[in-house]
Amino acid sequence: MGMTMTQKILAAHSGQESVKAGQLIQANLDLVFGNDITSPFAIKEFYRIGVDKVFDKAKVAIVLDHFTPNKDIEAAEQCKMIRQFAREKEIENFYDVGEMGIEHVLLPEKGLVVPGDVVVGADSHTCTYGALGAFSTGVGSTDMAAGMATGKCWFRVPSALKFVLEGKPSMFVGGKDVILHIIGMIGVNGAWYKSIEFVGDGLRHLSMDSRFTIANMAIEAGGKNAIFPVDDKILEYVRGHSTKPYKIFEPDGDAVYDEVYEINMDALRPTVAFPHLPDNVRPIDEVCDIRIDQVVIGSCTNGRMEDLRMAARLLKGKKVAKNVRVIIIPATQSIYLQALEEGLISTFIQAGAVVSTPTCGPCLGGHMGVLAKGEKAIATTNRNFVGRMGHPESEVYLASPAVAAASAVTGRITNPEEIED
Amino acid sequence: MKAKGTVFKYGDNIDTDGIIPARYLNTSDCRELAKNCMKDIDPSFVKKIKKGDIIVANRNFGCGSSREHAPIAIKTCGVSCVIARSFARIFYRNAINIGLPILECAEAANNIENADEVEVDLSTGIIHNLTKDQIYNAQTFPEFIQEIIKANGLINHIKKTLAKNTFEERK
Repeated sequence: MGMTMTQKILAAHSGQESVKAGQLIQANLDLVFGNDITSPFAIKEFYRIGVDKVFDKAKVAIVLDHFTPNKDIEAAEQCKMIRQFAREKEIENFYDVGEMGIEHVLLPEKGLVVPGDVVVGADSHTCTYGALGAFSTGVGSTDMAAGMATGKCWFRVPSALKFVLEGKPSMFVGGKDVILHIIGMIGVNGAWYKSIEFVGDGLRHLSMDSRFTIANMAIEAGGKNAIFPVDDKILEYVRGHSTKPYKIFEPDGDAVYDEVYEINMDALRPTVAFPHLPDNVRPIDEVCDIRIDQVVIGSCTNGRMEDLRMAARLLKGKKVAKNVRVIIIPATQSIYLQALEEGLISTFIQAGAVVSTPTCGPCLGGHMGVLAKGEKAIATTNRNFVGRMGHPESEVYLASPAVAAASAVTGRITNPEEIED
Repeated sequence: MKAKGTVFKYGDNIDTDGIIPARYLNTSDCRELAKNCMKDIDPSFVKKIKKGDIIVANRNFGCGSSREHAPIAIKTCGVSCVIARSFARIFYRNAINIGLPILECAEAANNIENADEVEVDLSTGIIHNLTKDQIYNAQTFPEFIQEIIKANGLINHIKKTLAKNTFEERK
């Protein structure tokens, strides 16, 4: 029986000829990392194991991105403890304010993930790196501690769903709409414990930024990982960011999939996920008059250059609607700088938006845009659970940067086609 | 090992933001986390929960974020066991890794109601609903996971394995 792309990577990292779905394995890790929320528990557990050092100083990363620049005394104390650990253990890939960005955008940019890698991160959106043809999945703090100490992690080998993407998405349809459509189709546990493997001619129309967005939200369908076949776009990205050796894995011709879905991207419409689950999606044409109080454009899902360029295109020469707060967050320092050089930041500020230093802050209701009771936000983030962005009686609608920017101009959830001159 | 207590019953897709909202994640003090357990979905939970009580839920319990704060908050509240039709995968790992007993059982999820008295034999997976006098059988864990549970979590399991390896190297 043939193996899927994910199974091949896991077999190679556990020293086996082949593995099959359901099998428990120990795999060698190419990277293990955490953030300022998950690392404190991991560090406490790491000390409890009683080893002196991390398994490989170059294969551990810590990014202080959630509650930084520190939002309160407690968050500051947590980060202080992590900073001490990073210094003491000489963690090579430690990113603090000034260098840090949102982890899942920063780590590929720094070249720390390449095709064929096995990566675990103490953050559920670690599945993002499947866009690079790597196996990557979210774990908890204890797994991070064990990974830092031993360089290994246990996995149950997943079965897979195959998505064949065909056609070319229209102007205002991007990676976010593709993944929201998929989550709507299979539900929040439709890919439960499984890999999502993408193939198809349509992939050539998806930029790296779009692919990162798609892989990022595999967890929102309950998936263990998402993965893209290694093509020229991935190799070009890797050559531009990394000197690490990479390895290309391909699924066997007779690999077995639990389900195969075909998606014609020509037919996709800008898509919005209504409260309070990411699978509660509607095409923009079925969204009636929903007034919003806040717009957030950023996050590990949509804080990349393509996202900011799209937002700027729709905001250029316009003003954000009265009584709407618009918060735009470039995901890393280099994206921020690039946006500055391209004039996007001026466009945002002239339109009446605020631009923030990289942080996950508002996505999880941490800081930099927390909602009050009864308020509604449209956000390019990834979750719209009860209380996700603030008060338990606030609401989050998930959408692409194009829909979010168009909505910023009108003050209600808006089809970008409506406002493009 | 047995658990016995009153049931707090929940539905599908109880997410980690519901179990412990992110605004309380600025600490890794387990008792502080426990104070805000289930805050946004069941504000009375922390007032009513007694040591030994049991959470029963339907599909995909613990979906969303990877925060280990979620099983830690539940465990620190005194919950002796979580039974669900299914668990989201990161929550499942985290619960096992920190030593919070969990059981997958569709029959229990279907039949147990809020405030039922339930007794669970964690070694056999037999769930006894004392209120309704019904018995349900939960799935048993694979052997490797049972070893982690027996060691009371992944860190103890690794400590044991490392100690064993060192001992064998010295031999």
